[in-house]
Amino acid sequence: MENKEHYKKLFSSSNWEYETLKAADEITSKIGREKFKLSTYPNQIEIVTSEQMLDAYSLIGLPTSYPYWKFGKDFVVNQNNYSKGRQALSYEMVINSNPCISYNMENNSTTMMVLVIAHACQGHNAFFKNNYMFKDWTSADSIIDYMVFARDYVLRCEEDFSHGEVEAVLDACHALMNHGVDKYKKPQKLSATRERNRLKRLADVKRQNYNELWRTLPVDLIPQKKEDEEHAKFPIEPEENILYFIEKNAPTLPIWKRELIRIVRKVAQYFYPQGMTKVMNEGFATFMHYHIINEMFEQGYIDDGFMLEFIHSHSSVVFQPEFNSPYFSGINPYALGFNIFMDIKRICQDPTEEDRKWFPNLIGKNWLDEVHYAMENFRDDSFVLQYLSPKVIRDMRLFLIADFEEEEEYEISAIHNERGYRKIREALSDQYKRAFYVPDIQVDKVDLHTTSKLHLVHQIVDDKRLDPREAQSTLEHVRYLWEFPVELTSKNKLGINEEVYQCD
Amino acid sequence: MSNIIDRRKNSKGKSLNNRQKFLKRVEGQIKKALPEILSQEKIKDSHNGGKVKVPVKGIKEHSFSHDPGSGNKNIVRPGNDKFVEGDRVPKPKQGRGSGRGKGSNSPEITEDEFVVELSREEFLAYFFEDLELPNMVKKYMQSTDSFKNRRAGYVKYGVPSRLNVKTSYQQSLARQIALKGAFQQKIKELEEKIKKEKDKEKKKMLQDELEERKKHMRTIPFFEEVDLRYNNFEKVPLPTTSAVMFCIMDVSASMGFHEKDIAKRFFTLLYIFLTKQYKNVEIVFIRHHTVAKEVDEEEFFNSRESGGTVVAPSLELMHKIIRERYDVDQWNIYCCQATDGDVWSDRDAVDCGRIVERDLLPVIQYMAYLEINDHDIDGSLWQVYSRFKEKAQFSMRNIYDVSQIWPVFKGLFRKNKVLEES
Repeated sequence: MENKEHYKKLFSSSNWEYETLKAADEITSKIGREKFKLSTYPNQIEIVTSEQMLDAYSLIGLPTSYPYWKFGKDFVVNQNNYSKGRQALSYEMVINSNPCISYNMENNSTTMMVLVIAHACQGHNAFFKNNYMFKDWTSADSIIDYMVFARDYVLRCEEDFSHGEVEAVLDACHALMNHGVDKYKKPQKLSATRERNRLKRLADVKRQNYNELWRTLPVDLIPQKKEDEEHAKFPIEPEENILYFIEKNAPTLPIWKRELIRIVRKVAQYFYPQGMTKVMNEGFATFMHYHIINEMFEQGYIDDGFMLEFIHSHSSVVFQPEFNSPYFSGINPYALGFNIFMDIKRICQDPTEEDRKWFPNLIGKNWLDEVHYAMENFRDDSFVLQYLSPKVIRDMRLFLIADFEEEEEYEISAIHNERGYRKIREALSDQYKRAFYVPDIQVDKVDLHTTSKLHLVHQIVDDKRLDPREAQSTLEHVRYLWEFPVELTSKNKLGINEEVYQCD
Repeated sequence: MSNIIDRRKNSKGKSLNNRQKFLKRVEGQIKKALPEILSQEKIKDSHNGGKVKVPVKGIKEHSFSHDPGSGNKNIVRPGNDKFVEGDRVPKPKQGRGSGRGKGSNSPEITEDEFVVELSREEFLAYFFEDLELPNMVKKYMQSTDSFKNRRAGYVKYGVPSRLNVKTSYQQSLARQIALKGAFQQKIKELEEKIKKEKDKEKKKMLQDELEERKKHMRTIPFFEEVDLRYNNFEKVPLPTTSAVMFCIMDVSASMGFHEKDIAKRFFTLLYIFLTKQYKNVEIVFIRHHTVAKEVDEEEFFNSRESGGTVVAPSLELMHKIIRERYDVDQWNIYCCQATDGDVWSDRDAVDCGRIVERDLLPVIQYMAYLEINDHDIDGSLWQVYSRFKEKAQFSMRNIYDVSQIWPVFKGLFRKNKVLEES
């Protein structure tokens, strides 16, 4: 009991010390582990200044990255906004690594520190470790090593070749970053050592193969390709990962450029789950800090003053401005995620008639198990489609606007009523699908025997066309990497070409 | 087990490298914006440190994206307060509306507002990048490795030839006094004890100890290793890295506020340029109407005079000051003369030409003559000076508008000026 008084004193002081953080970390992990069955990576909590936070922003949280001007630009943008007061820095930033590194701002109050530790070091950390997207698509163990490898490799390329050329390759890769992700095929685990060994092996093979004698072999000895094989379409199946395709199949690209493509591709792959689970990730972390702090209060670790400050910050985190409010900037992922998770808990504990109809398999279950199940096995679009309940739709008063290109007016096609629930749920789920913001562009074929021309195909979905200027500029980047002419065709549902972009 | 690390003490500026890369990327735009910034800025500020803001445009990163205006979209929004199913709402005017949904962490910033802040150092580096004072190489190159040893206190270790006897002796004295003091106190105590002591045996023992102490005191070494002090020398750059800049301005009634302003800006430019190149830059201000006078900066720019114009005395004064104060071997001398081109008489102009040719050009690095007027006819000073045009050390320009300052300055000091003009 005396111990708790000690903690209470620690947490109610307005200044935090090393001891405060240590206590916060110990207690939150204990509660997280024992009460909420959270399994986490070890935590590495770093206290940083605002300037260091800006550094972290520009590298998207990674402790190190390859040198590139875009990161510098992001830094300048953030710094400008921060110094002008247009943008506040977040209280924390956390990255998916093992140990799980989180950056906490030095000017957080004690309450905020505890909140942030519960939020990031328990909530996000557990999410990174257990969600299937992160488990299958990223390797938390090796990302830091890999980034060090990437940085060294890019630095060496800059030395061996030229800054300008390295920059041009990186520019092109970054333009295609959204198209450098395997969405269906799970990638190999990253490993810096393996990458290094692979490079070495590549050099060996190349050396061994380099022998002029091979060219002098009489033609008859070279096995002739069969006729139909030669005219076969290449690639046989369309390839969604454009960067991967170029890396593997660009006819004359030097090896170092292929390696640069590979690095950007791996980074894109690493961040892919992050973009696909924003609502869930933030929602779960918020749900967890809410429960952990409340549990701390119940167990007597913290006092009323702490709770008041906590409730204030928590409610501003999950605040959802309405569509016509000047503060509105889309749906707040914290709010949506938190609401859905809270509702899962409610349905398990205290279901209504409506819930029995909508979520028969949640009724009477242990809420914690169901929350864990949801957190582990979904991503934003499937999560919304599975768990967005009529109650949450009503509470947030969600409504659906149909914005058709040829119409003069918007139509309100669904509101929070019996007929609207399903429609809203489906539309919201679609909104979190990658196809909503990344156009569906795939490698269709290569003219192997004539011009080596690369054909890309854009499938038009919902009549959404490409921004023509962006398409042309980006295509030039593709041209730069492929080193031969490229062509991009927009095809509509019927497979008819609507638009053709060329770059010779 | 968790780890808590305080990173606040870690080095800052992790993004410095990337920032440099970014600056390089927008270099062209920064350079383009410089003259404009210069003409807007208060000249006095330009000496001080601080930041310069350069607007940057068009650093968009391309990617395949949807045309925001196209397509059929279903958008979910929160906070319905009045709509029922089937309501129709007019679309806002083109260019707004859709495509605004972004996460709470990423407020959107349009590229037009994008501003880069340069430190003064960076600013000046861009500013003077492709400029170089034509004749500067001569002394500047020599000066970079010409150093002089200057005394800088004493050190405890050194070669015997640098032993400083006086200071070492002082140290020794101090040590001896300190040690003697301690012994003397002991001796005093012993003597007193001996006085009080009755027992012969013990007295004898104390006496022996006393002798021992006295012997110790006599044998304090005269010099110990710790006493030795050696002269220390420090390398200092020779004053050839110094430059003096003469600003000569006509303050007769014909020079109005506008003319003075231009002159001032031009002098300031020259000054910051010289401070980039030299460690130590001095300025001498000479103003003249009918008489020439050396003044301080305040008076140079601000006080008002009237009367006619005689130029030659100012050049004579400059020559005099050089002889008295600035040894030609050690100083790089620059001169910038600004007038409105009017002179009292042709005689005066001829005098000026003579002084410049005979006394000044042989000793100075560079002289710039700036005529601030919009006349089409060349003044007599201009005519006289025209014959120096061929000389690498001499440049002359005509200027009448603030916006011309930078191009003119550039023209005056461009690298390989001689080549370009010929």
